[in-house]
Amino acid sequence: MNKLSLALAATACLALPGLTLAAETLTIATVNNSDMIRMQRLSKTFEAEHPDIKLKWVVLEENVLRQRLTTDIATQGGQFDVLTIGMYEASLWGAKGWLEPMTDLSAEYDAEDIFPSVRDGLSVKGQLYALPFYAESSITYYRTDLFKDAGLKMPEHPTWTQMANFAAKLHAPDKDQYGICLRGKAGWGENMALISTVANAFGARWFDENWKPEFTGSEWTSALNFYVDTLSKYGPPGASSNGFNENLALFNSGKCAMWVDASVAGSFVTDKSQSKVADHVGFTFAPIQATSKGSSWLYSWALAIPTSSKEKDAAKTFSMWATSKAYSELVAKTDGIANVPPGTRASTYTDAYMAAAPFAKVTLESLKSIDPNKPTLKPVPYVGVQLVTIPEFQAIGTQVGKQFAAALTGGMSVQQALQGAQTATERQMKRAGYLK
Amino acid sequence: MLTLKQKRSLQSLLVGCAAWLIAGLIFFPIFWMVLTSFKTELAAFATPPQFIFTPTLENYLHINDRSDYFSYAWNSVLISFAATALCMLVAVPAAYSMAFFETKRTKGTLLWMLSTKMLPPVGVLMPIYLICKSLGMLDSRLALIVIYTLINLPIVIWMVYTYFKDIPVDILEAARLDGATTLQEISRVLLPIARGGLASTMLLSLILCWNEAFWSLNLTSSAAAPLTALVASYSSPEGLFWAKLSAVSTLACAPILILGWISQKQLVRGLSFGAVK
Repeated sequence: MNKLSLALAATACLALPGLTLAAETLTIATVNNSDMIRMQRLSKTFEAEHPDIKLKWVVLEENVLRQRLTTDIATQGGQFDVLTIGMYEASLWGAKGWLEPMTDLSAEYDAEDIFPSVRDGLSVKGQLYALPFYAESSITYYRTDLFKDAGLKMPEHPTWTQMANFAAKLHAPDKDQYGICLRGKAGWGENMALISTVANAFGARWFDENWKPEFTGSEWTSALNFYVDTLSKYGPPGASSNGFNENLALFNSGKCAMWVDASVAGSFVTDKSQSKVADHVGFTFAPIQATSKGSSWLYSWALAIPTSSKEKDAAKTFSMWATSKAYSELVAKTDGIANVPPGTRASTYTDAYMAAAPFAKVTLESLKSIDPNKPTLKPVPYVGVQLVTIPEFQAIGTQVGKQFAAALTGGMSVQQALQGAQTATERQMKRAGYLK
Repeated sequence: MLTLKQKRSLQSLLVGCAAWLIAGLIFFPIFWMVLTSFKTELAAFATPPQFIFTPTLENYLHINDRSDYFSYAWNSVLISFAATALCMLVAVPAAYSMAFFETKRTKGTLLWMLSTKMLPPVGVLMPIYLICKSLGMLDSRLALIVIYTLINLPIVIWMVYTYFKDIPVDILEAARLDGATTLQEISRVLLPIARGGLASTMLLSLILCWNEAFWSLNLTSSAAAPLTALVASYSSPEGLFWAKLSAVSTLACAPILILGWISQKQLVRGLSFGAVK
């Protein structure tokens, strides 16, 4: 009897760790923004629905996360099961075979409901490699009270020239009020995201059909002259160090009459707990000029599964849950409909959502009109609106961004900055084998 | 015309003022971080900056709700103390040998050790990542302990070496004449004399380990992530997180600040060891 008890106890001891091991643990790498933090909070519902899957979160700042994930995926480190990545990484890593293709998505998931522009941006040769969590375009934010007082009317599709005229009329630095706030901080995802859309609107492109950079062309010259001139004259002081957060803080404290930036700011500028001007914000499309093509950017945070993951099935289950219609319904129920992740699904844009989120109409129309495969007026050999999906772009974009930021501070002339960008980009492209 | 006494008191007043000014400048960022941690996000971004505001604990409550602070803090404590202990274990015999049995290559060896600090860490990221991956040491405390030990070893050996150099060799010779073995010479004579210097070296090593962010962010994900990883998780280019970031930074700094405060006597004694010899 004693022996039997001992045997049972031993079996139980051996079996218990086995039972614990039966629960799969997913390590999810994500960024620190309000939508992702909400997902982390609501994932308790997922764990309750799937008791066999445990979630571990690694939250990092965007640039740190990008570097961390690149190291891990390039070495097949297998540290993460679900990655939060953007369109740039999805295209490059998908093409390299580092990501699991998102196939066999259930009918209930309804992949056809995802906007085609977003789906295309996350696909390589028609194969989806990441499920979009939210997507954003760039739109124009403006102060309706200031426009009314000055007797101005914002058109639905303003041109950059009109924007400069409005900025001149509303610029009153003595009252701590600046005509226009735009990104100036150097970086491929910072000033170059905005400047690329300005350049696209002026009819410019990063490369011609033979991958030759075009910075010394007339379109880029006009675009950069306009950007530097307008922001120097009517922008806040120290604009060359302003990124999204700095401009958001300036706009929310009532110091910017206009601001062109990511549509995701819509929920921040209308949130009374963080914006002093929440009741006086108007929304319209990003400015156009010679063309409307590529005048508004497209970006999406999406969930992908690296091929090095050991828990691919569980990772897919979670990725589908977090990007599903059911998740949107859960957010609407717990946090209010205005906080539903925007820009990915047509079904999100119900009448109730449009009424709760005043910026939703502009975002929706912008997202529908963007085509990352034909982003500019003239034909290009690349995919991407505010970025070029080639591995060399991060280095090139950052280098060019530094030249343009220097032009904004007055450290060099616009002509010198453009010449510097041309030389640096040509050198990189020759080294990478695109140019002979 | 000032008398000599007046001149001296004026001089001491000016030196005192300068010292307070420099101390204030050094302390101001820490003060501002703590102050910001008690503001709302809107107040944290206000221009001009607000010195008077209604304090709130919402940032600390948010951190408590979202993150397991103690798990990160435990990893920081374990990794920093273990790496420092390991570092001292290697550094003391190395410095002893170089300080008291100097050869013609000693100076060159010391300079070579210091030159390893000149290599940017990112230059060796990929090989170290691959080594950790092959050894199954990604997201493990052991990997960070070994790396921190190796990173801090040159500076720790240098510091211990300079403290040992200040000790007259005659004291050790006297111990040897009394029949002390090498181990006894180090443990009973050398270490008690250099206690202050060793304490300040250990504290410096602890601070360096505690604040190290590059390797901890690149080699850990969840299980071994220390406080630097927690701080990094509150930084964001899209959204207002300054107050929360300040709160989490305050929480991350607090343990090491308290430790520094407690051991300041040892630290000052260690730093001025050579001067009072």
